[in-house]
Amino acid sequence: MKEEYDVIIVGGGPGGTTAAYYAASGGAKVLLLEKKRDIGFPVRCAEGVGEAGLKEFLNPDPKWAVNKINTYRLIAPDGNIVTVKNKEAGYILNRRVFDYMLAERASEMGAEILTRMYVNGIIINDRTVSGVRCEYLGKKFSIRSNIVIGADGVESRVGRWCGIKTNIKLRDIETCVQATISSKKIESDKIDFYFGKKIAPGGYVWVFPKGKNLANVGVGIAGIYTKNPERKSPLDYLNEFLNKHYPDASILTRLAGGVPCAEGLKRIVADGLMLVGDAAHQANPVTGGGIVNAMKAGRIAGKVAAEAVLKQDFSEKMLREYPKQWNNTVGEINKKFYRMKKVIFGFSDKSLNAIAKSFNETSPENLTIKDIFVGALKKHPPLVIDALKVFK
Amino acid sequence: MVYIIEDKCDYCGICVSVCPPNVIELKENNIKILEGCTDCKLCVYVCPYKAVKENERRI
Repeated sequence: MKEEYDVIIVGGGPGGTTAAYYAASGGAKVLLLEKKRDIGFPVRCAEGVGEAGLKEFLNPDPKWAVNKINTYRLIAPDGNIVTVKNKEAGYILNRRVFDYMLAERASEMGAEILTRMYVNGIIINDRTVSGVRCEYLGKKFSIRSNIVIGADGVESRVGRWCGIKTNIKLRDIETCVQATISSKKIESDKIDFYFGKKIAPGGYVWVFPKGKNLANVGVGIAGIYTKNPERKSPLDYLNEFLNKHYPDASILTRLAGGVPCAEGLKRIVADGLMLVGDAAHQANPVTGGGIVNAMKAGRIAGKVAAEAVLKQDFSEKMLREYPKQWNNTVGEINKKFYRMKKVIFGFSDKSLNAIAKSFNETSPENLTIKDIFVGALKKHPPLVIDALKVFK
Repeated sequence: MVYIIEDKCDYCGICVSVCPPNVIELKENNIKILEGCTDCKLCVYVCPYKAVKENERRI
């Protein structure tokens, strides 16, 4: 480790390692710091990604893309199943392997990576970010850099140390518990989503099969449903779900976590600073899917960082190229999804049952995800237009 | 004020993510509430394992 770098990246998830890869490939001296002992573990994630987004970066490799599925089932509160055979497949990842591979790529490109490095503050000189304060095995010290990229996840503090309010509002957080389960009842060729106020208020239950008899199963509930002290926790909802649907399941891993399902932060850069991924609230606000979005943000931020290093200009003005490119692409799509989210997760169980029924009565064959959104939102014409735009 | 029952905690960071004054410090398997807590209880609400509790108020 050196005393000074061009770019320091805080956080070794897909956003951080992708930023590291692109910044290093543009010639920058890059250091990536991960607070945990391992890159890619523990996996606080449902591990699903869309085919198109993934293939922008990598060809799926069976070592980490462990399942490819085209059939999605949306299950209404009354148990009615709407089946979607989508042209675009969903890949289920093995994130432990996937994240490691992304880190290896970044390292091969010249980025340095260190784990168990806890960043506990940011160095600011003349209102410009110029490095990080960190702790390694109890020893405290500073490392200087011209740019800091905060890819420090949902629990991000980097932005807040620099005056950007990144704390997530109660209405925008999903509180989740997930398990990797082994069960003979898993259908490995279908991705399932269960909806309903009694199943997952303001969210959903997912079943993402990772192979024969193995699946990532989890529940997310919206923060606004957590204020009642007598409330059920996501863990209670998950246990109820597993008892009902997978009573034979063995739980091989169980984890808690939070997902920002927000509109996206307005400000994601400052002098010498960029925020990427969950730290910038860039996950899809309807699905909570954040892997590919973080990678797309990391790619832009990494390239802009390398450009800034070439020009030796680390001002917010220079770095604004990143939010500009982000807002024109995924940022704009996420704003539309956020508007849809507010309606979709407000549907009563009765409405959800009626929507499912109408799909199954009219056109049960050849439904696409786009049809589902358009159909579910037909009483909200502006949102139908949003849906048509995001699912071009 | 609130406190964390570490035996229940999964170190997932969701409490850090919602904390308005940014006073929860999470390392790999170590969490503490620093000075400056405003007692807003957002961390109590969102914790997936209900590991954050309120102290009983004493008169």
